[in-house]
Amino acid sequence: MSESETKEETYKATSPNSKLEFASFWDYAPAPESDDHVEIREKYDLFIGGKFVKPSKGRYFSTTNPATGESICEIAEATQKDVDKAVKAARKAFKGEWSDISPKERGKYIFRIARMIQERAREFAVLESKDGGKPIRESRDVDIPLAAAHFFYYAGWADKLEYAFPGKTPEPVGVCGQIIPWNFPLLMLAWKIAPALACGNTVVLKPAETTSLTALKFAELIKDAGLPDGVVNIVTGAGQTGAEIVNHKDIDKIAFTGSTQVGKIIQKSLAGTDTRYSLELGGKGAMLIFEDAPVDQAVEGIINAIFFNQGHVCCAGSRLLVQEGIAEEVIRKLKDRMETLIVGDPLDKNTDVGAINSQQQFDTIKEYLEIGEDEGAEIYQPQCSIPEKGYFIPPTLLTNVAQSNRVVQEEIFGPVLTIQTFRTADEGIEKANNTPYGLAGGIWTDKGSKIFKVGSKMRSGVVWSNTYNKFDPTSPFGGYKESGVGREGGLQGLYAYVNLK
Amino acid sequence: MSDRIDVLKTYKMYIGGNFPRTESGRYYKVYNEDEELLANACRATRKDFRNAMVAARGAFSGWSERSAYNKGQILYRIAEMMESRREQFIKELGPLGFSNQEAHADVDASIDRLVYYAGWTDKIQQVFGSINPVASSHFNFSLMDPTGVVAAFAPEHSPLLGLVSVIAPIIAGGNTCVVLASEVHPLPSITFAEVLNSSDVPGGVVNILTGLKEELTEHFSSHMDVNAVFYSDNLSNDMRMMIDENASNNLKRVIRRPVKDWYDEESKSPYFITDFMETKTTWHPIGY
Repeated sequence: MSESETKEETYKATSPNSKLEFASFWDYAPAPESDDHVEIREKYDLFIGGKFVKPSKGRYFSTTNPATGESICEIAEATQKDVDKAVKAARKAFKGEWSDISPKERGKYIFRIARMIQERAREFAVLESKDGGKPIRESRDVDIPLAAAHFFYYAGWADKLEYAFPGKTPEPVGVCGQIIPWNFPLLMLAWKIAPALACGNTVVLKPAETTSLTALKFAELIKDAGLPDGVVNIVTGAGQTGAEIVNHKDIDKIAFTGSTQVGKIIQKSLAGTDTRYSLELGGKGAMLIFEDAPVDQAVEGIINAIFFNQGHVCCAGSRLLVQEGIAEEVIRKLKDRMETLIVGDPLDKNTDVGAINSQQQFDTIKEYLEIGEDEGAEIYQPQCSIPEKGYFIPPTLLTNVAQSNRVVQEEIFGPVLTIQTFRTADEGIEKANNTPYGLAGGIWTDKGSKIFKVGSKMRSGVVWSNTYNKFDPTSPFGGYKESGVGREGGLQGLYAYVNLK
Repeated sequence: MSDRIDVLKTYKMYIGGNFPRTESGRYYKVYNEDEELLANACRATRKDFRNAMVAARGAFSGWSERSAYNKGQILYRIAEMMESRREQFIKELGPLGFSNQEAHADVDASIDRLVYYAGWTDKIQQVFGSINPVASSHFNFSLMDPTGVVAAFAPEHSPLLGLVSVIAPIIAGGNTCVVLASEVHPLPSITFAEVLNSSDVPGGVVNILTGLKEELTEHFSSHMDVNAVFYSDNLSNDMRMMIDENASNNLKRVIRRPVKDWYDEESKSPYFITDFMETKTTWHPIGY
């Protein structure tokens, strides 16, 4: 094709409203990831004591693909008897084979798990997107590699634990009950299981009821890895199953990631007991963008901060605080960028924003949009196309909101960003800190000294400066205030799984 | 007429750098070993606790932002002040059942404990913080940051060393606190407050109430501006239950470290400081 011919082509933007020129002369053709070699059974049982066993009451529930609303397969519901069986299996393994294994060999099992996840990465990624609704690009490039990385990182700690706790001798806690959410199913599993095993504990893990598939695949992998029976047990079910774990008398530690509301219930349930707990809860992350910030990069970062995984991220940057002088420019550029986002099939590699995880969450987000409107917020959504079936919500900006508005104070857990302004750094910090949460925050400025000063005043467990939503197994993560108790990741993340003598 | 009348001390509380009486006007009697009246101690109320919380919250940002060096200097200054008043403490511990030798040992240990924690303020970060070698192109580090305002119960049976051992790690980490003194032996706590007051600790960083544990536990554990609750005695099940349940309303950190013997090496530890600290992780991109 000659140059002159190229110029005659009409420019097609990704969306009719797009003002951004990506020097692109082509449309995005669908690029779906094939799922033909992913094996999904019709029915999944519980994984207890190294075997798949039928649930005692024989009850199963269906897991659906949120992008289509169609059922994928049946999953067992664990009741009290099943949880008890799993705890017994974990206790037996803890007292027996697992505690007899030397730390060095224990580490090798965990290394083995990391490697097997890498080998089966594509299968896990497809399942994660199919079951949870997240774009394949994210499950492929973020979730699964990070899950493998967590096992790899913690495997190496198994025989080096004394270096993590100066002056102390760490001992395993015992049987750990772990309950994980639906937003990063396999990654959360890795956050929980990897450090627990590295410290010599055994686990009973319950994945979220809407996203159990990768955990059950992981159970297959545990078998393949030859881990002693009962070291890892996976029980599926909803809130009731989780409550059975929390209230079980023979569990030494509860690790929970989920909503603040449920976290409080768990802390209360454990009142007066010696059961240890760590809680990773909700957030309402604030990003401060200063007038000296590199605006274009910041806009790109903000898009990632709030629309990554449809905003189903506890540390999502869901509140943007813009310094007055650049407010207009930032909002305009944000809107332009939003026009280019592709909402749709999670299995399509072009998709930026996938499906909302469940009908329930879809309804919650819708409700918050109504609340925002009632509170006087102005709602902006790009004119993107949205699939007819499944649960989809376009990326959304809420402007004209006040600090006291519910949409500013409460966690929406969806692709919804509120925008406020501030004049001075102190005012911005004050607004950023003014919620009961304290999980994560962001700063955008060109000035290093400002990053340190503002960052030190932010009451949150993670501060991202000139970047957002980055994770790494070596890096501790967790909240201040009502965003939780304890840290996961890094050497600090080992603390939740040891008793220090 | 040679016998001089002693000037008795009125024991008040310590809130926001001042020594107020309880707003309620209530008191309880403190006796010595021989059942003789030693003093009338203030019986703090919920309102007193709230006032103390306002003072503690107000002092938090100023105290937490002090440099580690300065915090260490101030903790050491408390030790200096205590050293200069050692006779007073020894004299006051006597009527509480301490032999002269025991009282000496207790004051010595209390001063040494302050020096111990004074030396930790600028090392906590180095020992417990980390630079994290993330796989991506970012500089990433984790620092220890104070939790906030701590509501603490001083141990019942170590009125001086126990009290000092509870307060020092909390403030060494940059927190502020409201402390309920030993109910049976509240008097050394007020004398210790006088030491604090003359040792450059900003008002409001440490607030000390005297009163009935039974009555105040609910307020200590339910106040929505408290970030962490600490106790070191083996409390009754009911008391534990109440503290833990109340704490869950806003996810207060509950730190329970039963200590049998405050002289023991195990009763001082940098982990007593990190109990009251959060890990903050900061990311920054690396590039040209």
